[in-house]
Amino acid sequence: MRAAVIQFPGSNCDRDMAVAIREVTGAETSMVWHRETELPANLDLIAVPGGFSYGDYLRSGAMAARSPVMQAVVAAANRGVPVLGVCNGFQILTEAGLLPGALMRNAGIRFVCREVKLTVENSQSIFTSRYAAGEEIIIPVAHHDGNYFADDATLDRLEGEGRVAFRYAEAVNGSARNIAGILNDAGNVLGMMPHPERMIEAVQGGSDGRRLFEGLIREIA
Amino acid sequence: MKTRIFVTLKNGVLDPQGKAIHHALEGLGFDGINDVRAGRLIEIDHEPGLTTAQLEDMCRKLLANMVIENFEIEQKG
Repeated sequence: MRAAVIQFPGSNCDRDMAVAIREVTGAETSMVWHRETELPANLDLIAVPGGFSYGDYLRSGAMAARSPVMQAVVAAANRGVPVLGVCNGFQILTEAGLLPGALMRNAGIRFVCREVKLTVENSQSIFTSRYAAGEEIIIPVAHHDGNYFADDATLDRLEGEGRVAFRYAEAVNGSARNIAGILNDAGNVLGMMPHPERMIEAVQGGSDGRRLFEGLIREIA
Repeated sequence: MKTRIFVTLKNGVLDPQGKAIHHALEGLGFDGINDVRAGRLIEIDHEPGLTTAQLEDMCRKLLANMVIENFEIEQKG
């Protein structure tokens, strides 16, 4: 298995993401700088990590979404390569048009940094097959702009097509219908605000994020 | 030549920053405020040849997120 983690100026969860992928899946994982125009060949997973790419200038994820490497990520996603965007990565994927909607400023204005309870809504995707539908898990969030917005028609479509992967089981940021993570229509792109890479072993306070990466081994191999 | 681009949240999109500003203004004793919406002003200094269509293209491709925002272009001589 081969994976790539994209690095932007201001990414700060890139190394955690690489560690989680290597430790859990054993994938050969390369770090790819935002100025690259090509990705390594034969990737089984592309991770767009959290952080504050380009200082969140203009809008969170807006500048990163237009960087050279993202053209290659979009092309790979359209070919069916699995893409996981976490936190700022989720914001970047929406700005790049790989996922619908937008992540707005948290309804309570404040940065939220704590463990939150999530409900797994879809356990059929390549990212969530190791979870049970309806299962509650604990994963931390750390964001200022996690308030998911989309128009009602888009929200209804996401719900109807089983594309809500995770939902907050408590009030966190004002997200529409408590959405914490969504899939694209082909099911190979997942964007989520909570950080599964920060919950892969007991020493981190829990390991509920580990199964997301474990699931990928099974699904991709 | 200078062009000002105003980017604002669409109607119906909640604006937590506008709400916070609204509360702060009331806290300072300013009464009679119905609503506050916060936006962004982008000033572009450019050659006169830039067309409105090109400016609109800039807004759609980068300056505004059309899912949640509208833009207005104000060209000055």
